[in-house]
Formats: sequence, C-alpha cells, structure tokens
Amino acid sequence: MTRISLTVDGARVSDDVEPRTLLVHYLRETLGKTGTVIGCDTSNCGACTVHLDGHSVKSCNVLAVQADGAEVTTIEGLAQDGRLHPVQEAFRECHGLQCGFCTPGMIMQSVDLLNENPNPTEEEIRLGLEGNLCRCTGYHNIVKAVQHAAAQGAGTATAAGAGAGAGA
Amino acid sequence: MTATQERPADEVEREIGRERRRKEDQRLITGRTRWTDNLTLPGMLHLAMVRSPFAHARITGIDTTAAKQATNVVGVFTGADLADSLGACINAWAITTDQVTPDHPPMPADRVTFAGEIVAVVAARSAAEARDAAELVDVEYDELPAALDLKEAAEATADTGAALAHPELGTNRSAYWVFDSAEAGTGGDVEEAIAQARTDGILLEREYRQQRLIPAFMEPRSVVVDPTGEQITVWSATQIPHILRFAIAATTGVPESKIRVIAPDVGGGFGGKLQQTPEEMIAFAVARRLGKPVKYTETRSESLMSAHHGRDQWQRLTLAATKDGRVTGLKVDLLADLGAYVAIVGGGVPVLGAFMFNAIYKFPAYRFQCQTVLTNKVWTDAYRGAGRPEATYAIERLMDELAAEVGEDPLAVRERNWIKHEEFPFQTVAGLEYDSGNYEAATARAKELFGYDELRAEQQRRRESGDRVQLGIGISTFTEMCGLAPSRVLGQLNYGAGGWEHASVRMLATGKVEVVTGASAHGQGHETAFSQIVADRLGVPFDDVEVLHGDTQISHKGLDTYGSRSLVVGGEALVRAADKVVEKAKPIAAHLLEASVDDLEFGGGRFHVRGTDQGIAITEIATAVFAAHNLPDGVEPTLDSEATYDPVNFNFPHGTHLCAMEVDTETGALSMRKYVCVDDIGNIINPLIVSGQVHGGLVQGIAQALWEEAVYDDSGTLVSGSFVDYLLPTAADTISFEIDHTTSPATTNSLGTKGVGEAGTIASTPAVVNAVVDALRPLGVHDVQMPCTPERVWRAINSSGSGGATEGAAAPHFDASTGMEGTVDRTAGAQDGGTDA
Repeated sequence: MTRISLTVDGARVSDDVEPRTLLVHYLRETLGKTGTVIGCDTSNCGACTVHLDGHSVKSCNVLAVQADGAEVTTIEGLAQDGRLHPVQEAFRECHGLQCGFCTPGMIMQSVDLLNENPNPTEEEIRLGLEGNLCRCTGYHNIVKAVQHAAAQGAGTATAAGAGAGAGA
Repeated sequence: MTATQERPADEVEREIGRERRRKEDQRLITGRTRWTDNLTLPGMLHLAMVRSPFAHARITGIDTTAAKQATNVVGVFTGADLADSLGACINAWAITTDQVTPDHPPMPADRVTFAGEIVAVVAARSAAEARDAAELVDVEYDELPAALDLKEAAEATADTGAALAHPELGTNRSAYWVFDSAEAGTGGDVEEAIAQARTDGILLEREYRQQRLIPAFMEPRSVVVDPTGEQITVWSATQIPHILRFAIAATTGVPESKIRVIAPDVGGGFGGKLQQTPEEMIAFAVARRLGKPVKYTETRSESLMSAHHGRDQWQRLTLAATKDGRVTGLKVDLLADLGAYVAIVGGGVPVLGAFMFNAIYKFPAYRFQCQTVLTNKVWTDAYRGAGRPEATYAIERLMDELAAEVGEDPLAVRERNWIKHEEFPFQTVAGLEYDSGNYEAATARAKELFGYDELRAEQQRRRESGDRVQLGIGISTFTEMCGLAPSRVLGQLNYGAGGWEHASVRMLATGKVEVVTGASAHGQGHETAFSQIVADRLGVPFDDVEVLHGDTQISHKGLDTYGSRSLVVGGEALVRAADKVVEKAKPIAAHLLEASVDDLEFGGGRFHVRGTDQGIAITEIATAVFAAHNLPDGVEPTLDSEATYDPVNFNFPHGTHLCAMEVDTETGALSMRKYVCVDDIGNIINPLIVSGQVHGGLVQGIAQALWEEAVYDDSGTLVSGSFVDYLLPTAADTISFEIDHTTSPATTNSLGTKGVGEAGTIASTPAVVNAVVDALRPLGVHDVQMPCTPERVWRAINSSGSGGATEGAAAPHFDASTGMEGTVDRTAGAQDGGTDA
C-alpha cells in the first residue's frame, strides 16, 4: 500500500492505496465519487474523464498514485456555489444527453476543450471530443451544446473558474 | 369552492408540443446518478466470472482449489455447484410449434457453446480480489468442432460430420417460418409474378448481408442482488424489470411475490438490455447460496463478447416487376443466425421484419421464408429496430436497383409503387392495416431541404467530367411497425406474453401528482414527456408531476421498454388513467360546488359550473378527498386511478431520408456531405426529445452502413472484442443533420402519436449504402457489403464492376438531366473506371 494525498473537488483527502489502483477506482470505490463512471477497459470511451491539475485525463488511464499531490476535479465538483457550470447548463439546454452515462466525461472534456479554445469551430469541437464515445445522441446535440456554451463565454469563464478551483 | 379568478382553460399553455428541458438532466449533468454499479451494501461481495476461451468445448474438469484459497475469496462455484438453483434463460417466443430450442443453463456444467460463456463464478470481498482469483480457476476443456459460418451451419447435419452447435440436437436448424400472401389471402402468388416477370418484365435477384452488430450501450451491464429481508431485491441495468422478475420466478421457483426488481438509472439499451442474462441468474443464485448481497459488473470486453448481438442475416431476395417499374411480387428467403441459444425474443426478430419487406409499397404478391440457425457464437436478439432495419435495408436497396434497371430516378420508381395518402387506411400484402401516412408530403419536404435537383445536377457534372470524387445520392423512404404490440396478434405469433402497458395516477393530498408507468426508461426521457401528458390532461403544473418507474414494488405491473412502445402504448395507458381521475373527481366536484354533474365542465385543471364563475381545482378535490369529511354518499375516498391499455394495432411511423455521399474513387474513402430526414411520427409531445431520438438513431444506422461489424475468427473468437476493434462512431466521424417532420396523426391512439425510438436507425442504413452505390453505379458497382469500409469500396470499384454481378450490370444508367435513359456509357465507365482517369 502507498499513501497518497490529494485534493478532490476542493476537499483534501488522504488514503493508503494499492499501487495498481486506477484513479477512477479510487474515486468511485474509496471516495464514493460515483458521478465518474467506467465505460470500457481500453481507454477508448472517455466516460471516466476528470480534470487533473486543470486538464482532462481519462481516469482509467492514470494510477491513483500518479495523482498524489494533485488537484482533481470530477463532474461532482464542477458546479460552484450551487450554480451549474455553463457547460452543464448547455448540455441540458441543448438536449446534449439522453441516458447520461457518457455525460460526466463528455462535459469534463468539453470544459477542457473550451478552456483551450474558447471559440472552436464545429470541426474543432468534433475533433476535440473524438476520445469520448456517446451511443445515444449521435453527437449532434453535444456539438450544439458546446457551441452554445462557447457563445455564453464558457471557455473564458471556465479558465478563470478552473484557476480559482485549483487554488481553492 | 373558490370563485375562479384564474385564467380560463384555453389560455393555459399546453404542455404537449413544448420543448421542455428534461427533468432527468439535473442529476445526470451533476453526477448524482444511481447506476447499478454505484450501489454498495453492507457486507456486499463482488463477483467475477470465469469465461470459456473456446467457441465449443466439453468441460472435462474445473479445479477451484487455488481460487478458493485466495485472500478474501468467500466462494467459488461452477455450474454443477449451482445446478439446482440457477434457473434457466428463457426463450419467450418459439416462432413455430416445432422450433428446436436448446436448453440454456446460465452456467453450463458440461459443455460451452460460445467463447465468453461462463463456467465458474468467484465471490470475494472486492472486485479486484474476485478477478484475481478468477485467474486461478483452472478449467480443462476438450475442444469440439464449432459451427461458425451461418450458411454452412444451416446445411450441416450429423450425417455429414459438419459441426453442430449442439450435437445432441442433430441439426443447427431451429425454426422455419413462412408467410405467403396467397396462403394468407392477403395477395397473389409470388411464383406466378416471378414467372411472368421472367418472360416479360424485370426480375431482380439479389443477396444482401446483414452483418452482426453489437448494441454497445455505454453503461456496461451490472447487477446487484440482496437476499436480506423478506424479499430478494435485484437491481439490474436492464430494460425489462418486470419481465426479468417473471423470468427469475418462473425458472427458479422463487415466488414472484418474493422478488423485487429495480432498474435504477440505466445507461442505454437499444435492445441490448432486453434480456434475461446468465449474469443476472448467477448473481441471484450466489446471493441466495451465500446469504449475502452480491454485485457483478461486466468489463467492456466481457460485454462485447457475452451480451447479445444483433442482426446477422443473409437475405436472398427476388423482386418481380413490370418493365416500367411496377413491382408485381417480392420473395424473401432469409437465413438468420441465432448464435448459441435462442434468446428471449431472438427467434422472433426476423419475424418482426416479415411484415415490413413490403414497406410503403403496394405489392400484389409476397412471400417471406426464414430459417433460423444455431451457431457457436454469442446469441443474437433485439438491437434497435429488431428485424425492421433488415427488412427496410433489403427493400430500399432493391428499389434503387429497380430504378437503375428501369433507368429512372429512384424516387419516381418509389412513388409509382407507394401507397398514396388518400388510400389510407391501407391493407398491406403482409396482412397489416396502416392507419395513416403521407409519403408524398414527407418526400416533397425532404427534397426541398436537401436541394435534391441541384445535387442531382452536380452529380451529373461530376460523372461527365470523370471527377475523382464522385457524388452519390441515397434514398430511403421507410416505414416501420412499432408500438409493440396488440396482445391478440402476439398470441397468433406464438409469443409468450402480451403487449399491453399499465399506468396509474396518484393524486396526493398536497396537490402533487405521482404517475407510475410500467414502461422502463433508460435514456428516453419518460419523466419529462409523461409529465407533459399528465400536466395537460389534469391541468396541473408540469413541475408538480413526478413520474415513477423501473421498480416492481412501485410499478407492480408493466411490460417495459422496447419496440418504440413507451409513448404509443404506455402513454395511452397514462391518458386513460388520468381521464379516470377526472371522472372520479367529477361527482365530488359537483357535491362540493352544490351543482349538478351535468352542469360541470373540466378544463385547465378546474371544474367549472357552466355559466357561472364557480369552480374548483382538481388538486383542491384531492385535498378534500384526503380529508374525506364531506364527500357524496357512497363515493370511495380516492381519486387514484389506473389503466391497462392493449393497443388495437401497431403504429406506423414513416419518413423520407436523403443522404449525399462523396466517394473518392482512387482510395475508396467516403465523406458524408449532407443528411436530411423528414419523419412523420404523428403528433409530437416534446420536439427536443424527438430530435435527440432521431439524431441518435441516425448515427446507429449510419454506423451499420459504414463502420460496425462483430467479427469472429476461424476458431470462434470475437476479434472485435474491445472498443479498439469494434468501431463505434465518434464525434469526428459524424456530421450534423437536417431534420424535419410532417404530421399524419396516428388514428389508433388518442394522442395521435407514433413511435420514434427506432425510426432513424431503421431508415438510415439503406440511405447511406444507396448513396455509396449511387456514386459508383457508372463504374459498374451494384453493391458494397456492409460495413462499407474504404477497402471494400475500393475493391468494389476495382473488381471490374463485379460488385453486384447480377442482371443489373447491363442496366442503362439514369441520366438526371433528362430523366430518360442515360447517355453515359456505363459499360465503358465500368471498364475504365474513374479510377484510371
């Protein structure tokens, strides 16, 4: 077992973990952060996407020990002070989800995409979400949701928000 | 008994038709979800399965000693250990009385019949420890010949020594099902039509492959079983909690009343979770044996290899027509791969297609025959559309072939054959009555949105200039039968259950409303759409309606969600239950208002006394009923009502889909340029939800055309067994769509609605393949087998026009500029192929 200490959704946590424990298993099974889900075993689907020090990672592709000392934000920590993140709002507004299983990862990836490129073209959105699979929406309304969030200034807002979150 | 100052009923905004944002979304976008795998119970054990690596083998020994000694392992069980309590996986639809149906033990003790079948289960204190211990289970197999190729399997007999999926059955043939319009009295003799066409007409003979697909819902299947207390509670990522409860009870002997099944948040299904699974039965047995709650969640690789697959047919088709392109008969001869077992409705999937090959057309004669075949691959069952996409693909591909033969625009040939809007209701050659539709209107709108004539002109220019990138225009004018289903018809088809749906409406004392539905949502948005229906019907606020579902203890009666039935069957049940609430409230309203029942009218949530300003809200009546202090004599103190609705007919959405595809004739690469669809799904409850269903459906159908295929190697191993190899489309592979609707309300339900869940998938596959073939027709290509990978497209181009080496090869090419037989010399085109240009 290895001792790790990190910040998850603003809370400082510390646990002994097996070195082989994946970050996603640590989040779900040790911390009960079940908002982050597992959709595959080959890092293709992106359902487990979270932010590690402000950037999106597939948490099935990161060992928990690699997150030692890091800031992790999951879908559960995205809303601030009871207010949804603009990307969350946009997914609801544009009907960018159906069963909702890919949604946590899709939203976390979209936030990262907009942080890097606040005004993406449709093609840039589609390429930016290539690592996240959705079986329900056909992506049409997900793309619309990201465009909608961009138009609301989500990218710039998030950049500030992410910085604040990281420092919290 | 308040004087009414509220808005009159006609000013209250109707909920039906509004783009309400979904009630479901708040929890889903914030991660406050209840997926089955999220559940943790005190003392809960985790299961891991040991699965066969062989497609067909005798189990000669299982050594569980090492696994049992592993840290924190609580139990290891084989099929023999649990034989008395495992129950069985049921086949609910023997399509013929003499169907050959192998027994399906959830965990066989002696022989495995597909790679991925479970032979042992480990229970441990953590999932990781269970998986580690599963690696320690030592299974000895004696490999047997595997039946893998569908056509070979169909011909195999014990005498020939060919592989049999279940040698003890002596055959791989399960059932042979026939519909013949001459025998049924719904049309003529197809053999006569074929003979006539052979001498004086057009006869098309084609063979199409419906490749094997994997539903690939995003949430892997998961089941938790808790035997604590009086009842055994099963949480499962299933589409069918009610049917699952029945199946567990029926096969284990545990009374149905002692089983509670809950489908919490379920992450997609597409038919793939319409199953009673071995994993559910094994978890149920282990929980009972150990007296502890257990959880099993599959990995994606396990899901792809062991959750049921879909499609997998060979279709041999004979279409007879007059020289001017009027179809005189259609004969369909199917081979359908069941896999290793006959799944819960697996054998019936092709039968659902049997009624749809005639599609929107008026065919005088029709024959359908289907042989279902057992093989040593994972079982097949419903996948979005279930039988109807296969049928639609075949006929829509054929109509394009017929148009090529006649040398006319494929839309013109379709229109010559389709049912005109003034001819509804229409009795089809397959024996169904289509209640409503307007194919002309949907097609006209689709052509307009698509810019059909302009794209045809561009296509012609590219053909004439020998452009390396050719343009194809694909058409699909589909219909489907959904809203499964009238129970009487299901009985005639030998299905094991009915097709009704149940709903109840509970009026709470505080004025809130609880709605319970027997449909079981897994992404469809029932909570939102059903709230809209009830809000309108009872005149209560949308936000005051709570929709409950997916728990057999709350929703005691239901037949769950599949076959685009939730709204057209479940929604109608809901309407009837809500109307009963109003009926029950009426005499109480009259009593409280001191008025005659005959003077009351109900609207906007209130009973009004005609000609006065007196009225009372239905929610006020609910409160009065709760107190029950002042009710009319003999009136039961409740407004709660329920209704069970059995549909009188199927439901027939239709639409026109148009696809523009650019094909690089040098590389075979495809690039979808535009996709337009105009669906007629009758009246729409929530346009936002409908658009989502259409988009998602389109991509699943397009994915069959272009990317997805479950591939087994020669030893029966699924080689497309991970998301690395099974190509689900990504956002980067797809485009944005243009969708619209025409409206011919269904006449068989009071809302006038039609199902939409499967429409996009059913329609889009042939539209895409027709576009690919249309682009390449001048090069002599008449078919590209799905999925149309660049390699397959390239090979079709470069095999001297042998892509469809049938009569069509000599057909004249349609010239869009004149609408007459073409001026392009297709033979020359085929030889030179744009590739060399």
